[in-house]
Amino acid sequence: MTIASRILAAAIVAGCSLALAGPALAAGGAEKPPRQTWSFYGPFGTFDKAQLQRGFKVYREVCAACHGLSKLSFRNLSEPGGPGFTEGQVKALAAEFRVKDGPNEQGEMFERPGRPSDRFPRPFPNDEAAKAANNGALPPDFSVIAKARSYERGFPIYIFDIFTQYQQQGVDYLTALLLGYEPPPPGVKVEDGLHWNRYFPGNKIAMANPLAAVFDDAGKPHDPNFFSDGTPVTKLQVAKDLSAFLMWAAEPKMEERKRAGVKVMLWLLLLAGLLFMLKKRIWSRLDDAPAKAH
Amino acid sequence: MGEHHSTYVPKTGIERWVDARLPIVRLMHDSAVSYPVPRNLNYFWTFGGILMLMLVSQIITGIVLVMHYTPHVDFAFQSVEHIMRDVNYGWLMRYAHSNGASMFFVAVYIHMFRGMYYGSYKAPRELLWILGVVIFVLMMATAFMGYVLPWGQMSFWGATVITNLFSAIPIVGESIVTWLWGGYSVDNPTLNRFFALHYLLPFMIFGVVILHVWALHHVGQNNPSGVEVKNYAKDTVPFTPYATVKDLFAMVCFLMVFAWFVFFHPNFLGHADNYIPADPLKTPAHIVPEWYFLPFYGILRAVPDKLGGVLAMFASIALLAFLPWLDTSKVKSGAYRPAFKIFFWVFVVVCLFLGYAGSQPTDKAVLTLGGRVVLDMVGFGQILTIYYFAHFLVILPLLGLFEKPLPLPASIADSVLASTGHGHPAGAHASPEK
Repeated sequence: MTIASRILAAAIVAGCSLALAGPALAAGGAEKPPRQTWSFYGPFGTFDKAQLQRGFKVYREVCAACHGLSKLSFRNLSEPGGPGFTEGQVKALAAEFRVKDGPNEQGEMFERPGRPSDRFPRPFPNDEAAKAANNGALPPDFSVIAKARSYERGFPIYIFDIFTQYQQQGVDYLTALLLGYEPPPPGVKVEDGLHWNRYFPGNKIAMANPLAAVFDDAGKPHDPNFFSDGTPVTKLQVAKDLSAFLMWAAEPKMEERKRAGVKVMLWLLLLAGLLFMLKKRIWSRLDDAPAKAH
Repeated sequence: MGEHHSTYVPKTGIERWVDARLPIVRLMHDSAVSYPVPRNLNYFWTFGGILMLMLVSQIITGIVLVMHYTPHVDFAFQSVEHIMRDVNYGWLMRYAHSNGASMFFVAVYIHMFRGMYYGSYKAPRELLWILGVVIFVLMMATAFMGYVLPWGQMSFWGATVITNLFSAIPIVGESIVTWLWGGYSVDNPTLNRFFALHYLLPFMIFGVVILHVWALHHVGQNNPSGVEVKNYAKDTVPFTPYATVKDLFAMVCFLMVFAWFVFFHPNFLGHADNYIPADPLKTPAHIVPEWYFLPFYGILRAVPDKLGGVLAMFASIALLAFLPWLDTSKVKSGAYRPAFKIFFWVFVVVCLFLGYAGSQPTDKAVLTLGGRVVLDMVGFGQILTIYYFAHFLVILPLLGLFEKPLPLPASIADSVLASTGHGHPAGAHASPEK
């Protein structure tokens, strides 16, 4: 019966995992993105501040014209667990943006320089304007994009993911997408305004290759000193840095969460150990009883 | 165990004064301290306590979330992100609540399968079991409405698919759906009423849980041997400290699994699409419910007719309430039913595969022979669905008539001796004062 109990436990755990839905993005013949290495992998993983700062530069200079970051405030950039900009840097950065405020005492809306407490301004006044400027396609907001993109892991791999902690589908996909622009395979017709991408579901994406803003057709960077910290400017580097920045943008409390998690786990482990010994001790009274009766 | 008498003795004057007017301390003492529990319970019996813990955890985290959440289609998604980013420990509240729902279902499924294996629904525990089924149904309704609140893509489209099921009802179906939505599509009124009900239902669950525990304490717990308590001194131990400490240990172990997801893998049990704000004009590639609904979703999709599918799905849940009368065996515990044991495990596997079928695209091939698809996901789901119903309607009624059970132990104490092989039955009882 105890064996049966163990099988029951194992079966239910396996079943709960088995029954998990595969993410919806696997449709349409796209390839699975290759896995990258990330500093924030696993229970002790943290963000690489320099990488987040480089990724922010890529976002600002390449993506921000079309993609908003509307759920973030400038102040987030200097908060613990993030890119680690100084408050002065953030203040200066915010002041470079024009923010709509008001109404003032005359009842009029006005523009003023941004403050650290402001949210990132949206690149377009509304979705219709965004579509009109982008051939009818709406560039998605980037605030949680790293959690909103995934690919199907397939059975039984996603059960192992519980233990291996793999949860970087989003950033692996984003990196692959940025590197996945290729000429279409022979015989495949790509309509005007669309571009062939190896990793995009359905392979036809409205966004033109964004890395063209950093690299020329031969794959050489326009500016070899694009990263001020001396990091070599390669396509993989740019794609990964941006993806890492977007992971932080989607999960700014990740470091706080993991730190708390380690403490909670250790505390629970200790408590479980103590309770187990207490339980053994209390239940041993039952075994003692016959000896005392004699 | 209804004849169990109160052993509470008020010690102070205040306690005597209160006890004479409202014997609430006596009630707590009798139900949580001196309440006799069979001494042979295994760790599967700790899931009742774990479920209580999860219910309380969900209510507490839920109330804190409501303090920061905005139930409006334009602000719901934004306010959840506000909780994640700007509220102190908001990420903890939200991840504990969303993963807590999953853990609640993990625990409830283990609890239900335990009841099925050990025949915990048989006389005199039929009402206890039926109250459990009522809690399960309320839990499903609560979880479904809770999933709608973040107003992501899966929230919106899940709500659309599930509410649309009611349109299958002849004649009045469409009107019912309009009434449920509060309009002609899933929109702000729908979100508002789901929010109101999502807040209400947990307290209804709490009420039914009280009835469930009351019934349990009236009839007493079943146990792995399925033999009723005959001699309190030999067969039972007092709830405190024996069951209390065991339950606490199990709860902490369960909390570690819970914490693993909350702190290190918080989005594993969720769906990436729900981080995309709801868009009524854009249908996701696959609309899938949360994992805990998948077996029932598998049944729904297995039936080609819409009304038939809806009826089959609701019937698959309603059938549980009739289990006490569908199982005709006189023997409670599966441990003494060699044939039932096999069918039980087959049933568990069928439920898991139903969940798998529910998670996959319907046209996916399950079995191909020579390049031809012999069985697709729909066909696979149909076989599993037929088996699911056959288990309750054919196998269980017939098993009780034809199966030859193993000899039962004379008492709980005897079954303990048989499994441990030492000790004397005369001294096997617990003495609470030691």
